[in-house]
Amino acid sequence: MHLHRYEKIWLVFGIGSLVLFLLVLGFSAFYKGMQPQSAIEVCDPNELERTEDFKPENLGVTKVDEGKYIVNMVASAFNYDFGTDEDGKPVRKIRIPKGSQVLFQATTKDVIHGFQVAGTNVNMMLEPGFVSRYETKLDKPGEYTVVCNEYCGVGHHLMFATVEVY
Amino acid sequence: MQEFPLTKPQKKLSMSFMYVAFISLLIGGLMGLLQVLVRTGKFTLPFGIDYYQVLTVHGVILALVMTTFFIIGFQYSIMAKTVGMTDKQRRLAWLSFWVMLAGTILAAAMILLGQGSVLYTFYTPLRAHPIFYIGLTLVIVGTWIAAGINFRQLYLWKKEHKDEKSPLLAFMVTINMIMWCIATLGLAASVLFHILPWSLGYKATINVLLTRTLFWYFGHPLVYFWLLPAYMAWYAILPKIIGGKIFSDGLARLSFILFLMFSIPVGFHHQLTEPGIDPLWKYIQVTLTMAVVVPTLMTAFSLFATFETTGRKKGYTSLFGWFKKLPWKDARFFAMFVGMLFFIPGGIGGIINASHQLNQMVHNTVWVTGHFHLTVATAVMLTFFAIAYWLVPHLTGRTLTPGINRLGIIQTITWGVGMLIMSGAMHIAGLLGAPRRSAFSMYDGGEQVTTWIGYQIMQAVGGAILFIGILLMVFIFIRLAFFAPKGEQEYPIAEEEDHAPPTPKILENWKLWIGLTAALILFAYTIPVIDIIQHSPPGSEPFDWPVGR
Repeated sequence: MHLHRYEKIWLVFGIGSLVLFLLVLGFSAFYKGMQPQSAIEVCDPNELERTEDFKPENLGVTKVDEGKYIVNMVASAFNYDFGTDEDGKPVRKIRIPKGSQVLFQATTKDVIHGFQVAGTNVNMMLEPGFVSRYETKLDKPGEYTVVCNEYCGVGHHLMFATVEVY
Repeated sequence: MQEFPLTKPQKKLSMSFMYVAFISLLIGGLMGLLQVLVRTGKFTLPFGIDYYQVLTVHGVILALVMTTFFIIGFQYSIMAKTVGMTDKQRRLAWLSFWVMLAGTILAAAMILLGQGSVLYTFYTPLRAHPIFYIGLTLVIVGTWIAAGINFRQLYLWKKEHKDEKSPLLAFMVTINMIMWCIATLGLAASVLFHILPWSLGYKATINVLLTRTLFWYFGHPLVYFWLLPAYMAWYAILPKIIGGKIFSDGLARLSFILFLMFSIPVGFHHQLTEPGIDPLWKYIQVTLTMAVVVPTLMTAFSLFATFETTGRKKGYTSLFGWFKKLPWKDARFFAMFVGMLFFIPGGIGGIINASHQLNQMVHNTVWVTGHFHLTVATAVMLTFFAIAYWLVPHLTGRTLTPGINRLGIIQTITWGVGMLIMSGAMHIAGLLGAPRRSAFSMYDGGEQVTTWIGYQIMQAVGGAILFIGILLMVFIFIRLAFFAPKGEQEYPIAEEEDHAPPTPKILENWKLWIGLTAALILFAYTIPVIDIIQHSPPGSEPFDWPVGR
């Protein structure tokens, strides 16, 4: 088939930059380990209390080492469960010292939810039966709003929490 | 090139699809207006109507009903015009119309009764009323009937024209319907074998990830099903409108074949932030997704080459003189051209969305809503409007008058301005973290949330302008359908250059292209789907009110 000379140049340039782009994505994914979250770990959404990560006393922030934290959370319509504080009240805001390495672990008891810490790259789908995990470093102090960004029913927009980095 | 004049009954058939499409546009547009108003926080829906009910209507009626009816009706006219339509085929085509309409009414009734507020993606384990799923299934079944008729039309033409290549537009319709049939198989498998029995209570639980994966196996080719009819107009109708010829018949066909191959094995790029899929397979599908950049670049080149060669033939020799002399005052061209312009940022946004890591910056934020309002709601929609300016009067035996043409220009400008404001505000708010598909909320009242509100007001301003554009378009449609002066409006089909190089025969080797498409799909999906089924967690029971319907 006849290809115009300019079209050949255009396509070679276009396809060349596409290949370069995909190599950059692949390099950061497989060499630098910058993958989207894919824990591929299953759990029983009806028996989360029995799992180590999601039993009630393990929800919320846990310090595992100097500058290293784990945050466990169970979502349900229309609430983020970070456990309870000393007075037995549900935790609405979690606090993390700045510069910490934080592993977020979350799942859902019922329908699909989203877990997005706005302004960071923590943005995960929560699906019943799967554990979602993402580790990140929280450098910038401030208050971050956690929003549910996957439609989950009439109260979808009332599902939120706060992460404070201090 | 041989053409078949459309008979009166054939015109009536295509026109019936147009009526449904433009009524849907009006209803869907009104819902869109309500949504942007609610999201300002200064307006609440009357009569206790739920925001998500309105959102479901908007998505279903525009993304599924309006587009599908317009496309099927337009394609029937193309096929009748280029390869002919027998009376038997026409009667069967009416069956496809009624099946699609019945399905639409069933689904609409359930949504209006509040039994289907699951949005147009109906992710399980939210459950809608079974009739909602049955309605959507009927819409799809209607399109299968249409596909069967289109394939038969081309087959009969080929039998009579053994050694000729098929007309370009008929070839393009066939590609689009092959893609559609392969894609909707996934949706049918999900609805018929999983969702429907589960929603009726015959199956206690459902595999959530599997139904989602099957949805997106269908969901991405769906966007190309919207886009390819617009490309048909760009490749094979636009040159005629600007007084030129088709740039390259072979390249046009090749780009459609590439779209067929690379539109389906790519659904994972909608599922990048999900926990249950291996990142290697996500990356493989990201790569396949990006392959559509190639036919897109070919299309861009073709279009501008058409513009330039046409202008040069008319004698404009300066570097950009040909550009100034394009028929800017012809709404049939202008609307399409503005659509193309908006497709540039739309395409760039698409590359960002699908790029593996960057996706998590924008996934499910209102950025994504901004993105597809550039692609489907502007590039595709303005092209459909541009088609309507000549197709509707052609079908009703009327003409596009200079007055209506001027309204078409104003409509296009209104749309462009409204969309620039609304989509621009959505993109920015999305980068700041504002979620999509959410009613107004101050959330925790945090500082971040307050930065979103201004952009939500901007979205309402843009949305209101767009609604004016919709009213204008519906007015134009009514004028062209019932009131414009009687006459003969041309059905513009572009021809090849007289000495165009022959189109390689291999481009019409259907077995080869369908085979390659199937091979790519099997490669991209077999292992991950087996993984999903083998490593599935306990199934999910259905969730109804207040979570679902």
